[in-house]
Amino acid sequence: MDFAKKIQSGQFVITSEIGPPKGVEIEGALKEAETLKGKVDAFNVTDLQSSVMKLGSLATCRLLVERGLEPIFQITCRDRNRLALQSDLLSAYVLGIRNVLVLTGDHPVLGDHPQAKPVFDLDSISLLKAATGLMEGKDMVGNDLVGKPEFLLGAVVNPSADPLEPQIIKMEKKIQAGAKFFQTQAIYDVKSFENFMNIVKKFNVPILGGIVLLKSAGMAKFMNEKVAGINVPDKYIAMMAEASKEDRPKVSVQIAAELIKGMKGLCQGIHIMPLGWEKHVPSVLQESGF
Amino acid sequence: MLITKLKNKEELLASFEKKPFIIKCFGCKEVYFPEDKIEELLKENESKITGVARLDYLCREEFSKLYLAKYGQQIKNSGVVIVFSCGVGVQVIAKLCPEKEVLAGCDTYYLDGFQGLSVQDLNCEQCGECYLNYTGGICPITACSKGLLNGQCGGAKNGKCEVNVEMDCGWELIYKKLKGLKLENVTKQSKVLIRNYKRILDELGYNKDHIKEE
Repeated sequence: MDFAKKIQSGQFVITSEIGPPKGVEIEGALKEAETLKGKVDAFNVTDLQSSVMKLGSLATCRLLVERGLEPIFQITCRDRNRLALQSDLLSAYVLGIRNVLVLTGDHPVLGDHPQAKPVFDLDSISLLKAATGLMEGKDMVGNDLVGKPEFLLGAVVNPSADPLEPQIIKMEKKIQAGAKFFQTQAIYDVKSFENFMNIVKKFNVPILGGIVLLKSAGMAKFMNEKVAGINVPDKYIAMMAEASKEDRPKVSVQIAAELIKGMKGLCQGIHIMPLGWEKHVPSVLQESGF
Repeated sequence: MLITKLKNKEELLASFEKKPFIIKCFGCKEVYFPEDKIEELLKENESKITGVARLDYLCREEFSKLYLAKYGQQIKNSGVVIVFSCGVGVQVIAKLCPEKEVLAGCDTYYLDGFQGLSVQDLNCEQCGECYLNYTGGICPITACSKGLLNGQCGGAKNGKCEVNVEMDCGWELIYKKLKGLKLENVTKQSKVLIRNYKRILDELGYNKDHIKEE
């Protein structure tokens, strides 16, 4: 059963993530993804994550399709205007890509080409609306398309944002613009996630709780300081700090599994962002009881 | 340089139903300001207005603050404040009247040439389709590093922008302002906003003569 059918029939889904390389050697990432066949329902492919220039999401998604894996095409508004964004969505469809995750995108100054022109001609909401329009056979100015693409559109939300209300307002607008599922920013506190889920239950849209594997205490502290809506509790930072370098993956997997077990009764899926630790995803799933 | 044009009449008339106090700016007048049209509009709606103030260079915040002090009671009695000026003037008044809904009466268009009088925290990109009426008088184009029109991105941390920790997240300021005015539904209910970059070309780019004609 494909990802769209599974999520829309209310079943629990698991997604993971592939960050394309800086360069052209993609084989390793594809092989790692293949080992997760049957365990992971779909793979997000990031679109120049953190504004770092890399191999593209569209091409990588197509390579996944060719290997019988289902991609979720991440598309951001950072680098393309409305002409290019609409065109890339049409391209994605003819290349066999059926799931799209729409994001505004990080500002270029965060990445490795800080001199670049920030585009942001559209934002996550207007791009969702444009994608919905394409599915109805019209471009953004109302011109007819020859044939209509079909997508399952998704979006992101940050359940630990403070204040939370603007996130909820935007989430509702994303749903109105066509978002059919949500993946969240990394969760480290099941209690606050539960609070968020209680607020958004009324929207009746599938939500996949986000998991980012901690690699070290330093990474956790960095995220707490710099990354929006991430708050790794001291107990996890201490667990990572106390682990020897060889034991860190094991402890990280243990933390992730604890969070997943806490979350899985609250939402309709899990989205694992391994950030380079793809090889540990199978143990995360196993430890979490999948 | 810039020119201002009245916002569409329907939108303006709806604002006049909210018992407005009117502020008109007469700085930068040598460029273009739709003075006659504003006077006509004010005359037609005279009974709905709580007061009118006319100032030179609203963008000078200290001056505007002192000058408006004598209108304190009239502003207090009003439902909204409508400002006829460029986008900077509207933002200055929104800042000076945090407890009031401050609305733009004009759209501000870019005109080639030297502009500006003094260093300013507030900025107007002269986009020709002023969004301040959706955003509590805080410009989403110039206060947000990405110029987002439909709400906050996921990048702000502790109220600060992902681009620079010194910079406030514009959308968080907008949210707090609207929340304070109990107007947070404005963002929720507004349609999906998409900027029209052709507007400037349509209005000005090909033929600047009609500005003089008006």
